Amino acid sequence: MRHLIDITDLSVEEVNELIATAEDIMDHPEKYAQACRGRQLATLFFEPSTRTRLSFESAMLALGGTTLGFSDANSSSTSKGETVGDTIHTVSCYADIIAMRHPKEGAPFAASLRSEAPIINAGDGGHNHPTQTLTDLVTIHREKGRLNNFTIGFCGDLKFGRTVHSLVNALSRYDNIRYVLISPEELKLPRYVKETSLKSKGIDYTQTTDLESVMPELDVLYMTRVQKERFFNEEDYLRLKDSYILSLEKLASAKSDLTIMHPLPRVNEIPVAVDDDPRACYWKQVKNGKFARMALILKLLNIKV
Amino acid sequence: MNIDSIQNGVVLDHIKAGKSMDIYKYLKLDELDCSVAIIKNVRSGRMGKKDIIKIDSPMEVDLDVLGYIDPHITVNIIRDGVRMDKKHLALPQRLVNVIRCKNPRCITVSEPQLDAIFDLNELYGQPVYRCAYCETEEQRKA
Repeated sequence: MRHLIDITDLSVEEVNELIATAEDIMDHPEKYAQACRGRQLATLFFEPSTRTRLSFESAMLALGGTTLGFSDANSSSTSKGETVGDTIHTVSCYADIIAMRHPKEGAPFAASLRSEAPIINAGDGGHNHPTQTLTDLVTIHREKGRLNNFTIGFCGDLKFGRTVHSLVNALSRYDNIRYVLISPEELKLPRYVKETSLKSKGIDYTQTTDLESVMPELDVLYMTRVQKERFFNEEDYLRLKDSYILSLEKLASAKSDLTIMHPLPRVNEIPVAVDDDPRACYWKQVKNGKFARMALILKLLNIKV
Repeated sequence: MNIDSIQNGVVLDHIKAGKSMDIYKYLKLDELDCSVAIIKNVRSGRMGKKDIIKIDSPMEVDLDVLGYIDPHITVNIIRDGVRMDKKHLALPQRLVNVIRCKNPRCITVSEPQLDAIFDLNELYGQPVYRCAYCETEEQRKA
């Protein structure tokens, strides 16, 4: 039985295979419409989510399966003090596969130790978010036609941004990618991510606080939200939340084929006016997330189409 | 100072000077009924100064704990007054319930009944233990 806790639980070959499956689903959805008939996906969201939970549910329904679960820890036995392990053990008696989000880091790993069904980490605190990473990889591949030879800028909250940690880690396994890390001093990419994903592999990166100065170099720009829920101190949040706002003026110096991504939800960092710019790809990313998750569900359930 | 040699038991040698009380605590030697001698600041040709612990009773020593505290310690097993075995230690690949994660956001902090698991990694060119759940590095006291 396989789980997906961290994106590196999948080999590069497996990731490439998932991207190929996701793109095949986009082109031939009818082929997959009954692939999971009779199978159940449990979505256990101990923390609020719109996109990820609905994306998982939509993915399973599009595969002909069904879903069950909860979207609020208060409506589960967690509110009575039940441990993650016991909740998961219970649900794994009913469901064939489980997607879980939890505010505590490492909760999906704890769940995997007790589960009788494959666990998919749908986000654990500020730690990892591997299915967003799959979504991001599908999007970059779809837009650029490759997963090598480009410069990517990560901008905003790189400290608590779990999507950034996972994507940096995943991309570090592909060739000739240059990383530009754009953040306030307080929200820099954690040292262990830089060490394990970049430095130890001899990968080149630069750090800056100035988005505009690096804009012309970028092929992909990955924007992130400064997440209020990750701060213990509201003053720090208020001071940092509007550090980077990607206006159309700032985009004037960007390449014409720049791919602008964002894991969403956004707050102020990308004005709505940018949505109409052909370089904005974050709504495509949302759509791609469903196909990436469909491919993953098929793989973890070992279903071949 | 003279400490009697032991007949059946364990001698932990080459302990870094000053670390013997840590080992006493981690191995829960205070729970033993037998004689335990902690000898501090013994002169050593190789180490300058070292600590030694003598335990006057056969016991299973948790080599993972010892290896984690100090992989240079040697473990001598004594039977009938004779050294029967000498074990050299190494940093264990995985530590289970030896140390706890200090990251307040880690699931093992809010659910302390979970096994505390740390895996050995190389970071910054040094061996480092990281929590298997949240990947936070162990904050070891110098």
